Amino acid sequence: MSPPLLGVEEGGQNNVTLLGSSGSMDSVCQNNAELKERNYMGLSDCSSIDSSVVTPGSDDSNVSLNLKATELRLGLPGSQSPERNPELCLLSSAQLDEKPLFPLHPSSDGHCFPSQKTVVSGNKRGFSDAMDGFSEGNFLSNSKKDVMLTPRPSSNLGLKSGSMLENLGVQPTKAKEVTNQKVVKDSPHAANETRPNHNASANNNSEAPASKAQVVGWPPIRSFRKNSLATSSKNTDEVDGKAGPDALFVKVSMDGAPYLRKVDLKNYSKYQDMSSALEKMFSCFTIGQCGSHGTLGRELLSESKLKDLLHGSEYVLTYEDKDGDWMLVGDVPWEMFTDTCKRLRIMKSSDAIGLVINGWIVELIEMEDRT
Amino acid sequence: MNYFPDEVLEHVFDFITSHKDRNSVSLVCKSWYKIERYSRQRVFIGNCYSISPERLIARFPGLKSLTLKGKPHFADFNLVPHDWGGFVYPWIKALAKSRIGLEELRLKRMVVSDESLELLSKSFVNFKSLVLVSCEGFTTDGLAAIAANCRFLRELDLQENEVDDHRGHWLSCFPESCTSLISLNFACLRGEVNLGALERLVSRSPNLKSLRLNRAVPLDTLQKLLMRAPQLVDLGIGSYVHDPFSEAYNKLKIAIQRCKSIRSLSGFLEVAPHCMSAIYPICGNLTFLNLSYAPGLHGNKLMKLIQHCRKLQRLWILDCIGDKGLGVVALTCKELQELRVFPSDPFEAENAAVTEEGLVLVSAGCPKLNSLLYFCQQMTNAALITVAKNCPNFIRFRLCILDPMKPDPVTNQPLDEGFGAIVQSCKGLKRLSLSGHLTDQVFLYIGMYAEQLEMLSIAFAANSDKGMLYVLNGCKKLRKLEIRDCPFGDAALLEDVGKYETMRSLWMSSCEVTLGGCKSVAEKMPSLNVEIIDESEQMEFNLDDKQKVDKMYLYRTLVGHRKDAPEYVWIL
Repeated sequence: MSPPLLGVEEGGQNNVTLLGSSGSMDSVCQNNAELKERNYMGLSDCSSIDSSVVTPGSDDSNVSLNLKATELRLGLPGSQSPERNPELCLLSSAQLDEKPLFPLHPSSDGHCFPSQKTVVSGNKRGFSDAMDGFSEGNFLSNSKKDVMLTPRPSSNLGLKSGSMLENLGVQPTKAKEVTNQKVVKDSPHAANETRPNHNASANNNSEAPASKAQVVGWPPIRSFRKNSLATSSKNTDEVDGKAGPDALFVKVSMDGAPYLRKVDLKNYSKYQDMSSALEKMFSCFTIGQCGSHGTLGRELLSESKLKDLLHGSEYVLTYEDKDGDWMLVGDVPWEMFTDTCKRLRIMKSSDAIGLVINGWIVELIEMEDRT
Repeated sequence: MNYFPDEVLEHVFDFITSHKDRNSVSLVCKSWYKIERYSRQRVFIGNCYSISPERLIARFPGLKSLTLKGKPHFADFNLVPHDWGGFVYPWIKALAKSRIGLEELRLKRMVVSDESLELLSKSFVNFKSLVLVSCEGFTTDGLAAIAANCRFLRELDLQENEVDDHRGHWLSCFPESCTSLISLNFACLRGEVNLGALERLVSRSPNLKSLRLNRAVPLDTLQKLLMRAPQLVDLGIGSYVHDPFSEAYNKLKIAIQRCKSIRSLSGFLEVAPHCMSAIYPICGNLTFLNLSYAPGLHGNKLMKLIQHCRKLQRLWILDCIGDKGLGVVALTCKELQELRVFPSDPFEAENAAVTEEGLVLVSAGCPKLNSLLYFCQQMTNAALITVAKNCPNFIRFRLCILDPMKPDPVTNQPLDEGFGAIVQSCKGLKRLSLSGHLTDQVFLYIGMYAEQLEMLSIAFAANSDKGMLYVLNGCKKLRKLEIRDCPFGDAALLEDVGKYETMRSLWMSSCEVTLGGCKSVAEKMPSLNVEIIDESEQMEFNLDDKQKVDKMYLYRTLVGHRKDAPEYVWIL
């Protein structure tokens, strides 16, 4: 996934890839720096990383580092060998160790905070300890994040990243979800990890930011409170259905569409409004009749829906509710729908028929259980 | 004073209630020491390892109320491994063996087993009050023992404890004869409770003033409880989810209106925000409102609620209130003294909805503000300077910028000047927590101006040992110092080891102190326990003095090394 990181293959692209690798090393460095390899101001190291990466003089060291990295690689070119990143990290940490501990110029402060979101922990020693203390699992995921988020730190530090983004074919949203999940999983277990990975979230000026990885014990909130909020947020708004003060955004996906959209359910007061808005959004789309409010008997309702599907539109609107079940839109009153809808999916009718039939089967099973 | 008989002195001492004052009284002379110790009923022990239960019992035979704190403060944030210590069992065992008539036990950050609770419940006939804050290690079985055996129980107050919930029957263990309850708080329990038993218990407790329910208590039960206890002063609502058009809701509205004494409201662990209007009738009298566990309540609904609370003195809220909402607070709550704003999304600093603006607004509108805990996305020096000017009465000022080491976003400067203004203006400041980008300069200010400072929490700050030295030299009243991730090393640690005897404790983690430095402190100061907490097994194999220490916790003690430390704690 990371040809730029490999570095030395295409001659013509050497510079780019070197920059790429420096950029990635940078992100790695910066990431490492976030793992507390920076000095306490977090500044001059950053600037020295800058200078060491960009100035021609240090290209040699970069090249040598890169070559070393290539040598250690076990897999085929183009495969991502996990060992590589730790190597880079350790090497860069060695490099950083030589930097003076304390900043010299307050004026250098300014440009060394590329984004206000730089997460810096500031304890040099702690970083190497953290490296030692990392479990493989943690580190692998960390390095994955590095790779995926590489372009952004480069852009921060003024390196050309646009082309790299295309090279890597990175999908920022995917990165976010990966890290989201990682973070959510990590949070209850922060207790005994030394220093769990910092995200390269410092690098998020533009994109939807990946969620911050956690420093142990930060922010300083009682675990009881943290856990309570975690459970109550699971009950109320999920990752997909974040409720702002007066908005209820849910993701809308359409089978076959290259990207998803988000709609604010609070903008609509009934199904018709929502369906026409969605129709406009995804123009080649009709959902048939979804205005019924469960007035018919349950079985009749399913039958009529099935008829719609067979004779009507190509697409059907479905949603995922709080329990994780996929339901046909339109069965329940609008208010109940907005309360329980986590995300929407515009499904191909052929798939939806399967849903309906599944629903029948579930009903049958439930009926049998009761008798 | 020698001419006064002891009884007269004793009577005089009865009026001296604060622990500090009583401690001072006991130091005047031998006879005062003697009289004071026999008449002392309430003892506060800030570090359970500073003294042994036997010595406590020997000195204060008349003890009735004991407050104990166990783990260091940073244990709240997962920085202290679980079985580090702080066990209450030895205390209860020793007290049970003695002739002490214990009536009240208040514990914070201690490990409490079911066994200890059972022993407690059976050993003290007049036991009246159990308060557990941030404790762990017990289950509802232990609570059942307390309920069943403490015949005169008045107070059972569980705050933010990790309780293993075995579901529900403990409430039924209160015997029918138990009618003495004044305060019952089980909001932190996660499991079901026997609702019928709860209703009956409340019915037969005419003195019940404080009732805090957990999430499992639904609205219709709440309504029944309120009908039976209209004398409540403090109410914690569990679940507040219902249909606004239902009969239950109407009944609730009536029930709430009867509760004219409610001054403190909390909970809303599950909340349907469109039903808050039922609460409005009691808002006007509230002095304490705690919505910090109610993430479902935000935006306009929240602001409308706050607008009704004109007498509020303490407000605990989530940051989804936003700067705008804090503006509403500033306009409405002119009596506000304490504000706590917690993050609703602790792991995403970008989602923190409050900034320096909200704080400035509150400081401008609420001149009586003296206690602050504020989690925010960012802070500026200008804002802090303004706040310092508006509110010179701060006693507690705890600021947490969620992004560690974040500077002033406007000027990109460290926040030294801002915090400096706070310590300079707030001459009564006793507790301070710092965050954001800070250099040694802020510590110079703290050392110079924070004369009353007793507790200081530092994270990700400073450039050099000078920072710590400024504080140790300047803050004469410092009792607790806790530091993480700062470049303070042996030079700072060893400069004035005598100082640590005047303090309760010092915590340093992820700093630059070495094993050799810690050993040096331990050697020079036998009255201190110097603990190294290291789970990584480095200590087993590498005892090099130059090695940096991950976590060090030192505290003064009269009883030497503790015997209950786990493997990974080395006491030097």
